[in-house]
Amino acid sequence: MARLARRVVHGFLLLVGVSVLSFVLVELAPGDYFAEMRLDPRISEATVRALRVRYGLDRPLPERYLRWVASLARGELGYSFAYGQPVGPLLWPRVRNTLLLTGTANGLAWMLAVPLGAWWATRRRGVADAGLAGLTAILLALPDLVLALGLLLLAVRTGWFPAGGMVSLGHEQMSAGERLRDVAAHLVLPVTALVLGILPVLVRYVRASVADALGAPFVRAARAHGIPEVRVVLRHALPAAANPLISLFGLSLAGLLSTSLLVEVVMSWPGLGPLMLEAILARDFYLVLGPVLASTLLLVGGNLLADALLLAVDPRIRSEET
Amino acid sequence: MSGRAALLTASAGLAAMHLAALGAGFLAPYGPTEQNRSLPYAPPTRLHLVDADGRFRWRPVVYPLARSRAGATYEEDRLQSYPVLFLVRDGPGAPAGRVHLFGVEEPARVFLLGTDGFGRDQFSRLLHGAQISLFAGLLATALSLGVGWLLGTLAGYYGRWLDAILMRSAELFLALPWLYLLFTVRSMLPLHVSPGQAFLLMVLVIGLVDWARPARLVRGVVLSARERNYVLAARGFGASDLYLIRRHIAPQTFGLLLTQAALLAPQYILAEVTLSFLGLGVSEPVPSWGNMLAELQHYHVLASYWWMWVPGLALVAVFLAYYALSEALHLLAGPTST
Repeated sequence: MARLARRVVHGFLLLVGVSVLSFVLVELAPGDYFAEMRLDPRISEATVRALRVRYGLDRPLPERYLRWVASLARGELGYSFAYGQPVGPLLWPRVRNTLLLTGTANGLAWMLAVPLGAWWATRRRGVADAGLAGLTAILLALPDLVLALGLLLLAVRTGWFPAGGMVSLGHEQMSAGERLRDVAAHLVLPVTALVLGILPVLVRYVRASVADALGAPFVRAARAHGIPEVRVVLRHALPAAANPLISLFGLSLAGLLSTSLLVEVVMSWPGLGPLMLEAILARDFYLVLGPVLASTLLLVGGNLLADALLLAVDPRIRSEET
Repeated sequence: MSGRAALLTASAGLAAMHLAALGAGFLAPYGPTEQNRSLPYAPPTRLHLVDADGRFRWRPVVYPLARSRAGATYEEDRLQSYPVLFLVRDGPGAPAGRVHLFGVEEPARVFLLGTDGFGRDQFSRLLHGAQISLFAGLLATALSLGVGWLLGTLAGYYGRWLDAILMRSAELFLALPWLYLLFTVRSMLPLHVSPGQAFLLMVLVIGLVDWARPARLVRGVVLSARERNYVLAARGFGASDLYLIRRHIAPQTFGLLLTQAALLAPQYILAEVTLSFLGLGVSEPVPSWGNMLAELQHYHVLASYWWMWVPGLALVAVFLAYYALSEALHLLAGPTST
């Protein structure tokens, strides 16, 4: 437990650090939302100045940071100039959508990667080995962007899946079951893009760590005892290989968040990605910071989850503490 | 394939791609921004070895394109054939009279990979765009590895508070999903800049954002190298820090830098393509593979004109070559070094 508590504190400090770093980075930007306004001849210089004072943009940097932190505590996360409302309510549905997308993709990718990788580890040389090596190499060489566009082409050409967005027209009028099916149908395309993007990495890792475990003396001992091969892999090798894989679980979420940013924009999934892009183009400070902070929160959360899993699964770590 | 042969093949392939990009002005028949408003989305020009009269031609000929009545499709105007010429000089109207590897006389055009919505030659734009996309990736790699190497060596060699500060800030940079970090840093830079500035900005942003990963790896190598007996011996003889780093410690890190470069370069190329694709990088009319692919965001382009996908295919080819390179490096380095 002490280990987990330490990780929580560490994660919290990381969040504070990221908030300072991103705040300073974004604040350093030359020109702000109101600077663009200044180009508009209908708005007088005095109005712009008054607006800047009203939103506290004339204050020194540390004070602005503290005010922002205070608004974080209220759940507002600063004020979006473009939308004319606090960032918080804009952000939460986006976080939910991104979490839905990356969570589904991460779960699915791992559910595919573990059996596939473990099976691959038992096939040294031969057709399956070469085939999987080639397949993962090709998938690794396919850039996420091309993959997403390719899937979009498939959807547009065949009409099997909705080609973008999260809900169909008339989503509001549907019954609960229909709504669920509607969102699920829209999920297929972006989730496939994310899963195909991360699957080769995961499969290769699983294979490597299971192959490592299969070479261990206790596996040979198990085989010598006449335990069937399937049981050797599932009961003896896989748990031993779990440790590095669970650490990777936290990292895979980070990779997915980055990829998802792009996939969301290409497939117009209303997640954090499009919001952030829009905010950057509009020079809307606090709206840029929102997705950054949210994505860090998701990442830190994912790593904590991996830590907790590790603690639950690996007795070696539990005994380390006592 | 043995490791050495694979290494040679991969590096030769990459060298060829980069040379083709450098020689874009000569290899491409047209300028990257030269428009033919009457020929939007023209399909790739067919090179005929047998002309309309059924005669075999040693020198391939092309026919000028004419739009059909409906205006939706193109057909060849078979009245007069135009042979493909080699080493042609730009017409007197062109601003810089340069020599191109091949071309045809007007009014015929040779579009090896078709045209985009403004009737610009995709093949020429692909080559010129490679100058931006490939070299942005390469320069960013050099920058990121340079900064990462310097900070990692300092942290590993001097240790103590410097190590603590550098590694804590590295954690900070690694705590953000990297595309989000890239966007954040991009957001602090001006949006509307000239293509040249945009190129430099992107190289700086991509290169500086990702210093943490190489720095951590280099630090690890330096930490172990610092304690080797020959380093301790040299230090005992009174060698200066600079000498020790230059002579004994830096060479230990070069293998790592090389394998990292092969891994990072394609990532950074993709980063440039992504930024330009989203309109945060090099902007029209200057071509980059990213803003060329951006046209695919229109569904009718996505589904109807396969030649608009060519930058994507080129990207896959580059990725494969870099992937082969890093595999070959791995094989040669053996399982001991990562």
